[in-house]
Amino acid sequence: MNAMISTATPSTAYNFAYLDEQTKRMIRRAILKAIAIPGYQVPFASREMPMPYGWGTGGVQVTAAILGANDRLKVIDQGADDTTNAVSIRKFFEKTSGVATTTLTADATIIQTRHRIPEKELTETQVLVYQVPIPEPLRFLEPRETETRVMHALEDYGLMHVKLYEDIATHGHIATTYAYPVKVEGRYVMDPSPTPKFDNPKMDDCAALQLFGAGREKRIYAVPPHTSVVSLDFEDHPFEATKFDHACALCAATHTYLDEVITDDAGGRMFVCSDTDHCEERRAEGHRGDLLGEAPAAIAGSAA
Amino acid sequence: MYVAVKGGERAIDNAHRLLATKRRGDPAVPEVAHAQIREQLTLAVDRVMTEGSLYDRDLAALAIKQARGDLVEAAFLVRAFRTTLPRFGASEPVDTGAMQVARRVSAAFKDIPGGQVLGPTFDYTHRLIDFLLEAGADIAEPATAPADDAPMPRVTDLLGNDDLIERNPPGDPDAPVGDLTREPLDLPADRDLRLQNLARGDEGFLLALGYSTQRGFGRTHPFAGEIRLGEVELEFVAEDAGFAVPLGTIELTECQMINQFKGSATEPPRFTRGYGLAFGHCERRTMAMALVDRSLRARELGEEAKAPAQDEEFVLMHSDNVQATGFVEHLKLPHYVDFQAELALIRQMRREIAERQNVAPREQQALPEAAE
Amino acid sequence: MTGQPLLTAESVTKFYGSRLGCRDIGFELYAGEVLAVVGESGSGKSTLLKLLSGQLEPSGGRVLYRMRDDVTRDILTLTEAERRFLFRTDWGFVHQHAELGLRMGVSAGANVGERLMAVGWRHYGRIRDEAETWLERVEIDATRIDDRPTAYSGGMRQRLQIARNLVTSPRLVFMDEPTGGLDVSVQARLLDLMRGLVADLGLAAIVVTHDLAVARLLSHRILVMKDGRAIETGLTDQVLDDPREPYTQLLVSSILQP
Repeated sequence: MNAMISTATPSTAYNFAYLDEQTKRMIRRAILKAIAIPGYQVPFASREMPMPYGWGTGGVQVTAAILGANDRLKVIDQGADDTTNAVSIRKFFEKTSGVATTTLTADATIIQTRHRIPEKELTETQVLVYQVPIPEPLRFLEPRETETRVMHALEDYGLMHVKLYEDIATHGHIATTYAYPVKVEGRYVMDPSPTPKFDNPKMDDCAALQLFGAGREKRIYAVPPHTSVVSLDFEDHPFEATKFDHACALCAATHTYLDEVITDDAGGRMFVCSDTDHCEERRAEGHRGDLLGEAPAAIAGSAA
Repeated sequence: MYVAVKGGERAIDNAHRLLATKRRGDPAVPEVAHAQIREQLTLAVDRVMTEGSLYDRDLAALAIKQARGDLVEAAFLVRAFRTTLPRFGASEPVDTGAMQVARRVSAAFKDIPGGQVLGPTFDYTHRLIDFLLEAGADIAEPATAPADDAPMPRVTDLLGNDDLIERNPPGDPDAPVGDLTREPLDLPADRDLRLQNLARGDEGFLLALGYSTQRGFGRTHPFAGEIRLGEVELEFVAEDAGFAVPLGTIELTECQMINQFKGSATEPPRFTRGYGLAFGHCERRTMAMALVDRSLRARELGEEAKAPAQDEEFVLMHSDNVQATGFVEHLKLPHYVDFQAELALIRQMRREIAERQNVAPREQQALPEAAE
Repeated sequence: MTGQPLLTAESVTKFYGSRLGCRDIGFELYAGEVLAVVGESGSGKSTLLKLLSGQLEPSGGRVLYRMRDDVTRDILTLTEAERRFLFRTDWGFVHQHAELGLRMGVSAGANVGERLMAVGWRHYGRIRDEAETWLERVEIDATRIDDRPTAYSGGMRQRLQIARNLVTSPRLVFMDEPTGGLDVSVQARLLDLMRGLVADLGLAAIVVTHDLAVARLLSHRILVMKDGRAIETGLTDQVLDDPREPYTQLLVSSILQP
């Protein structure tokens, strides 16, 4: 797929970016509160959206509330711009707002994402909007919302470390690979959404504003620019980001998150960048991976 | 290659076209009109209106058609439409005591002022497939009786006159009623929010919970005090007019359960209430709702709350089928980034175990199990 | 130790509606002292334990506790945060049913380490060392540190619960029928262990029990409850050897008969 910047004409039947202005104001108030208390989950009156709960309704509402006519929107799912759900959400905003969309990370002013943080370093002029299924990092240790809210209020986080202790006792190391809990600005423990822990270090001191929307659970939270985000760990078992043994088969990158692609039924597989835009950009710069010549077009795209 | 995921735009367009074809079915068979659904599949329409929280028979019928008969999907379509509608205000509370009754039964009294009215019910039909329907049999005119202006007071009001049942929580009639489509649910929730949540909740979920209370998971000793179905007048006070303007009538089903009593050293014992209300004809749903409403009052009535139906957070957080179906079905979305992370971990763990097994047995003993 | 009591109960009273839970209970407990509360089931002793530990709000009276900074506080006026902090540092609570006091889904090491992590320990190796030390102190083989309590016997679970409570060196431990439901031989071993720990650590404890043998072995003083009231109190040996109240005489004779 080629990098693209396109402009569409908005559909007139609905308000700009679908939501009515009153709802947008309500969401913006929640966002402001979230920015004021980094990592704190602000309840908001999530609306029914024309896509199902669990498919990005929280992120879509946050994006709709902050989107302006001059924004350039990028939507990714699993790091890629062309996965079905990313396409569907991008089309939704093209149709309802008519804003320009892009696949180039550097060109985007707002990036809505599911499960990844782009490889390219973000800047002060950008906002990263995460889609969040379960915003509560303590949920699978304590199922009750009434109790977890008290635990946050009292900074009662011992249980979180019990889980990490148990991982080490059982496996010899912390066995959480995604949705790896972090502590924000030394206060609130936060779920970074199901991004792989590979991406956790990018959240710390990030120049861009990071907003998190959970539609079904009706929560918004935020990490303001240049805020400390620390992955929980033990002094003698420090947090380690996932490392790959391979380089990207297409662009030869060695420090990116890789997707494993099964190429045949005889155990053949290749590893390629999950961030498609980043991979294409590297190839355009002349980086060549081992399998660039032989990869199927569906994987390599037209930039091969 | 999983083209359906990586292939993006064209795949989506093609899927939508195929869906439209499947919805239409065999073109040799006449297409069903939404008016036919509205008139002939009325109970499906009623359920979709109730769970969609919008009283609009035409819209619900159209949603059922669009959803290929999937009622949860249809309720979702109605909800997503409802959320964009402007709010002009709230209607006056409807008076179900003044209902134009089409059906009314009480299991608590043999006879009641205004009488029992059986109305349109499956209750005493034999569940035998009626093959005549296949041919579209003619139906006999329904029996009618002259209109009767005799009042039909609610059974609970009759009990209330003797102070035998708790008063409806007095409350402040002018206090605003909560709206969980406009404010996030905050626990513990008051009864207005609980009832709103149940009224929109999934019928199957309510039914199972109500049933569980009857089987002993939080017994409430219910009697169906009254179930009534009929039309009520809807009124709206326009701010400039300053008086109530009738908007028309809507059909409602109401169920009032009479439950085990409660008293204290200073209060004489009284029956307690459980309440159910739904758009259209939704009898099973309102009865289940009334059972669950009563169960959820355990805390307020000082009862021990141990059963699932008494657990407010459990019930309220899981009753909504639009939320539930979205989250269950989101597992269809790609998760391969996270799955890749898990794959890497499981391979690492297997490697570590293999390495440990290759170490000489004596050294292995010296290694503490959890050392990295 | 200052001359001030650690915990003071003043006319503690609890009604459930019109039903009496307990009435006008008053006593002082000093650091290192063990008080046994005895009585039949329904006498109000479990209610009293909940009131003393701030888990239940009294209808009348108050409970004072001298905090680690030597300031005496009414436990009802503690904030939720202070109360929780007290419960994971300076207080312990040993339940009759160990499952209520343990996390059955995580290992013994995590059970003992939880309080340490809650107060900020962040070194896995040191948490584990401390957990091993405590397992050994309660006579659990340290090689069982990664087993879950579900794999433990009843007596071991109870000892694990005690270790989990004592790891932050509390000054006061509440015990609710700590030997209830255990075999006689297991009971004896547990009592012996508890007596040793209480003496070694200089713990104060309030032990609710229906078993006068437990009271005799563990406690310095005893409080006999009947129908929600304290009918007799004094030094344990004195009360048990020479009971004043007819009810206490009945209790002693019915239990201490050979």
